[in-house]
Amino acid sequence: MRVGLDIGSTTIKCVVLDENDTLLYSTYERHYSHILEKAQELLRRIDAEQLHGRKALLSISGSAGMGLADSCGVPFVQEVFSTRVAVKKFVPATDCVIELGGEDAKILFLTNGTEVRMNGSCAGGTGAFIDQMATLLKMSADEMNKAAEQATRTYTIASRCGVFAKSDVQPLINQGAKTEDIAASIYKAVVNQTIAGLAQGRPIQGNILYLGGPLTFSTVLRKSFDEALGVTGTCPENSLLYVALGAALYADKEFVLSDVAAALDEYAATATYASEPPLFASKEEYEAFHARHISHSVPRVAFSAQCGPVHIGIDSGSTTVKLVVVDEQSQILYTNYQPNLGNPLPLIRQQLLKIYKEHTGLKVASVTTTGYGEELVKNAFRCDFGLVETVAHFTAAKYFMPDVDFIIDIGGQDMKCFKIEDGAISNIFLNEACSSGCGSFLQTFAQALGYDVKEFAALGLFADRPVDLGSRCTVFMNSSVKQAQKDGASIENISAGLSISVVKNALYKVIRASSPEELGRKIVVQGGTFYNEAVLRAFEKEMGVEVIRPDIAGLMGAYGAALFGLRQCRKNGQTTSAMMSEEELENFDQKVVSVKCGGCGNHCQLTVNTFADGRKFISGNRCDKPVTGKSEDNSLNLYAYKQQLLASYKPVAGKRGSIGIPLCLNMYELLPFWHAFWTKLGFAVHTSPVSSRGLYLAGQATIPSDTACFPAKLSHGHIKALTQMHLDAIFYPCLTYNIDEGLGDNHYNCPVVAYYPEVLAGNCPELKGQKFIYDYVGIHRPKDFVHKMVKDVLPKYFGGISEKEVQEAANAAYAEYEAHMAQIRVKGSEIIDEARRQGRRIIVLAGRPYHVDPEINHGIDHLITRHGAAVVTEDSISNRVEKFPTSVLNQWTYHSRLYAAAKYCTTQNDMDLVQLVSFGCGVDAITTDETREILQEGGKLYTQLKIDEITNLGAVNIRLRSLFAALDERDEDKK
Amino acid sequence: MEYNYPKFTPEMKKTHTILIPNMAITQFRLLEYALRYDGYKCEILGNCGSAVAQLGLKYVHNDTCYPALLVIGQFLDALNSGKYDLEHTALLITQTGGGCRASNYIHLLRKALVKAGYPNIPVASLNFSGLEKDSGFQMTLPLARRAIASVFYGDMLCALRNQVAPYENEKGAADKMVDLWVERLGRVLLAGKGFTSREMKHTFPLIAKDFKSIPVTRVPKVKVGVVGEIYVKYSPLGNNDLQKFLESQDCEVNFPGLMGFVQYCIFNMGEDHVLYGGKLAMKMGTDQLLNWLDSVERSMLKAEADAGFYAPGPFKELVEKPEGIISLGAKMGEGWLLTAEMIELVQGGYGNIVCAQPFGCLPNHIVGKGMVNKIRAMYPSANITPIDYDPSATKVNQENRIKLMLAVAKERLNAPAEAKPLTAEEIAGGAPSLSHV
Repeated sequence: MRVGLDIGSTTIKCVVLDENDTLLYSTYERHYSHILEKAQELLRRIDAEQLHGRKALLSISGSAGMGLADSCGVPFVQEVFSTRVAVKKFVPATDCVIELGGEDAKILFLTNGTEVRMNGSCAGGTGAFIDQMATLLKMSADEMNKAAEQATRTYTIASRCGVFAKSDVQPLINQGAKTEDIAASIYKAVVNQTIAGLAQGRPIQGNILYLGGPLTFSTVLRKSFDEALGVTGTCPENSLLYVALGAALYADKEFVLSDVAAALDEYAATATYASEPPLFASKEEYEAFHARHISHSVPRVAFSAQCGPVHIGIDSGSTTVKLVVVDEQSQILYTNYQPNLGNPLPLIRQQLLKIYKEHTGLKVASVTTTGYGEELVKNAFRCDFGLVETVAHFTAAKYFMPDVDFIIDIGGQDMKCFKIEDGAISNIFLNEACSSGCGSFLQTFAQALGYDVKEFAALGLFADRPVDLGSRCTVFMNSSVKQAQKDGASIENISAGLSISVVKNALYKVIRASSPEELGRKIVVQGGTFYNEAVLRAFEKEMGVEVIRPDIAGLMGAYGAALFGLRQCRKNGQTTSAMMSEEELENFDQKVVSVKCGGCGNHCQLTVNTFADGRKFISGNRCDKPVTGKSEDNSLNLYAYKQQLLASYKPVAGKRGSIGIPLCLNMYELLPFWHAFWTKLGFAVHTSPVSSRGLYLAGQATIPSDTACFPAKLSHGHIKALTQMHLDAIFYPCLTYNIDEGLGDNHYNCPVVAYYPEVLAGNCPELKGQKFIYDYVGIHRPKDFVHKMVKDVLPKYFGGISEKEVQEAANAAYAEYEAHMAQIRVKGSEIIDEARRQGRRIIVLAGRPYHVDPEINHGIDHLITRHGAAVVTEDSISNRVEKFPTSVLNQWTYHSRLYAAAKYCTTQNDMDLVQLVSFGCGVDAITTDETREILQEGGKLYTQLKIDEITNLGAVNIRLRSLFAALDERDEDKK
Repeated sequence: MEYNYPKFTPEMKKTHTILIPNMAITQFRLLEYALRYDGYKCEILGNCGSAVAQLGLKYVHNDTCYPALLVIGQFLDALNSGKYDLEHTALLITQTGGGCRASNYIHLLRKALVKAGYPNIPVASLNFSGLEKDSGFQMTLPLARRAIASVFYGDMLCALRNQVAPYENEKGAADKMVDLWVERLGRVLLAGKGFTSREMKHTFPLIAKDFKSIPVTRVPKVKVGVVGEIYVKYSPLGNNDLQKFLESQDCEVNFPGLMGFVQYCIFNMGEDHVLYGGKLAMKMGTDQLLNWLDSVERSMLKAEADAGFYAPGPFKELVEKPEGIISLGAKMGEGWLLTAEMIELVQGGYGNIVCAQPFGCLPNHIVGKGMVNKIRAMYPSANITPIDYDPSATKVNQENRIKLMLAVAKERLNAPAEAKPLTAEEIAGGAPSLSHV
């Protein structure tokens, strides 16, 4: 008899085989992280029911099984290895196995060179991810699969990690996209993630085997894989049990199972994990803490049938809807707080109707909306004002603490912090897409462990040794928790550890504070997550300061909105709201359709809400064209101008043939240079097409490092496109050094920009048989450049090019480059002058040359111009300052421009800088802090927008609006 | 924005204790003697534990590379410990001066010191690129020669120790031998001796002979090579004690030497001339230096080989390895060296490779992960696993991945036909599990 035990991150599986390797018994159960107890129980059960005390060959496998196996002396088999053993035995003709588990994703190539691939430290695209998404959609995994079967279309969702995808899915929900379509899109995202992250350039073909929970349970997921790979894979019998089967087959040591179970008792006793001090030293300490926080409350008065004019604030958040009614004295008459169930409108309608019905003769003076769904709600019900959520929260916090200098709001999905100086928001931190240690995370975790979130959080209050879970991305915490459980941490200590890590995330990831003094001493904390006393306590302990948590912590946005309405009414003398009447609300109806905009090449996916009275609300648009019917006005947008300039470089037929240049990374700046160079030499220079989602997806399978920045990953698609254009050669040189503009201590390119052609050459199979020129050249030394090109580079590929020709080509190239840069600076000046004439704000949207790519910047430039500001680039103004000392080594050309642009901004009243940062850009870990310091030194606000392949502009929009609101406030103060 | 950071003045040489982060343990132990001979008071930090990473996270941008977080965290933890007289303590950090963000560690450290309340602690830069010219800590020729000797000796001790320890009859014998030689060489270095090429060439065979004398029982073991970002590759703090873990899994481990990195840095200065032009004098100077190092290196390798140990090719051969895979122009971070070391290891029978890198390390996107496919295409037997290290990557995850690599390695070890790449059939057939089914 053979027994195999597979302990995964969420489930435990066990098989018993007889002498002929026939399956006698199997079980598949969730362990809710009670790994040890569950394993013991299972071992004893099998001993009693199947083996009756006889010895059996046993081995243990699975990601959570290693420590366990070690402690009881049972051989451990690595799970991928185990899978392979089982596949070889049961389905020997398999070429490739795709196995998705709770937190792992694996691909095994079995033929033509065995290779195994596992997901990296990123848990995206796995069962945990699917579960997380199902929770978000308020469905079980099964229901989500059923829904997805009904889908008619799919959206683009990043599945890199659950947090990313959430920020894609949430707006879709908020905009009213159909659940069926979202569900299908989630599965598609998993497929993309698996292929992009794990195939790494190796084609998946032949007989494909699907294993593991998600692929067994979801028909749509299997179908999505089939479609993406162009194959028909099979999901074999016992597809959940392959790891356990492999472990059983591998087993070569005999044990009495109940003895093993007994040996595990000792394992339980040896709990060692890094821990933190308990949250409360004593019950009394807790009582005092509790009493202190209960005292911060807003006066509430009865909402009688007859009362004076009221102001309504509605905060349509990412996961909840909040509504507050106040009277003219700012007292609360009524509050409501509920989950938005994917669509906020019916809930709000119901609430408003309820208020109308219960208070006949009620006079509503104003209705103000805020939050993610601000626009939709405002439009749907004809509300009076829309308010960016940051300002709403600030308004409410001031009620509790007029001289508040720091506000932190941790909601279900997002985290907002802002510093207040001189009565205005001086700095805003929103959680980056990678680190939302927020309420919904705690909730998902509580559910995964089989608890209700409130119950779960309360468990942690009196934990004796809270687990130290660190402060990185919450998705990684799954593995940390796993490890802690392995080390014997109790649920209480894990709960407390999670609460503490939420706080640490906020402080060290989002705000990057190093001391409480830095943040301020007058702190208001809000957001639903702070109802959790463990989080609240952890925050106070970590900060070393007592904070105010209002009793309406979860309603602050709505309360602030209501107060704003109240203030506006006083200012404008408004007495009656324009909101729908009771009758109109009764007849309110909402139809949602999703269409692809044909207005331009962006083909935005529009969500069109049509209301009963025929009004439409369109979202998902990157420009105003689908709304107003007019083309975008780009006269004050230097990004658009740069795109035009680059698009004007067309191939000119020449005597020597054709050459292709990928329009990616540094080519966004050097295209003029190389275009002139090769054209002069007699080559027709073709560029790859403008980036698009399709282009990216076409190349994504060849990306070897999934944590590289998006601009680099995009280049694979460009290379693929070029190889299909039948060109004589493709040219993309390696450039250690960039041109020295005299602004820094050195003039390097970053390692990725410098050497990415090496990666392309090594990983893009389509380059095989193509002439790919990726030599190392130094354009920073014009004389040597000519010499090296003539002597070392060109002769390798083309014969008969004379030194004179190369010299002339180089002259043309340098001249064209200079002219191009000059054009940008001239246009920049024009835009600045024109903006000043029109009295507009000027935003320096500072990035690197490739941030001009609309697929990379996601149209943020247009978003800014739609807010009425002009957009210029960092390179259009960087020449306006002399080299100045920085506190970091200023050694990259692109970043020298950034520092210079920041410096210049501090000398201009109407100019502010917004920095674009690509996720995964290691260099920006250094530049962002330096840029922030330069700007703050000069009394300017610093705004950073971190971007990736995600196209959700919602968070970006909030940031920009908060920035503009803060700037307006500053200007008002100055008057 | 600029801080007026405190400088390490020449007078401080006498008054201050210099703290040095730990990286390659044996090499750094010897380096300490070299610095002491030169008149510096110094201490190599040994503090580790979770406070180190936590302090790093607290005072350095969290997206900065893991080595920076750890090194800075280790310094701050040491300063917080109360063990040091803060009026008379200075810090030393390396600075490569390349296009990688590692050149900025020193500035991040200074920023962190200000934030953590130690604005007066001076920081000195250890570099060969002429950065921080106004510092009182200078890499003078005599110091450089002794430092080079320390690295050579340290590399050799590690290489031999790693080839003996897994097979030794008496556990700990090889480690004892390392300690013995470190002490002996330390005394020699403090006496102002032992650093000339003649002395080194005389000493190498003595070291080899001593290690050869340790009784061993040689049985086939899985041989694992480790390459990676320099800090994470060597530092147990950075790689969760990778060497210990691999040895606990019954492997022989090979860490290519630190001198390779030193030579690589020197070589790159000359290669710039080849690729982009510039002063020929630089190229000639570096060539000369490399020639000198080469003669010492060859005698070290010969001493190893003569005593029956595996010795890799000298640096001059290493330079040839990446031909057809990556250009020698890739010089940021570990650059082409990392790729070359992987090839050297594969050719030398250490085809099971852990490529250790900090999460999100930029050069490693290119020279590590980016080159694995190409190496595999040329050497199908290469069994490479890239492992990411960062403050929250769990040990379980990392060890799990390494174990997977080892599982494949063990199959191959048991399969007789080692010379040519195995087919999938052979691998599965060779699995111990199926042999008795």
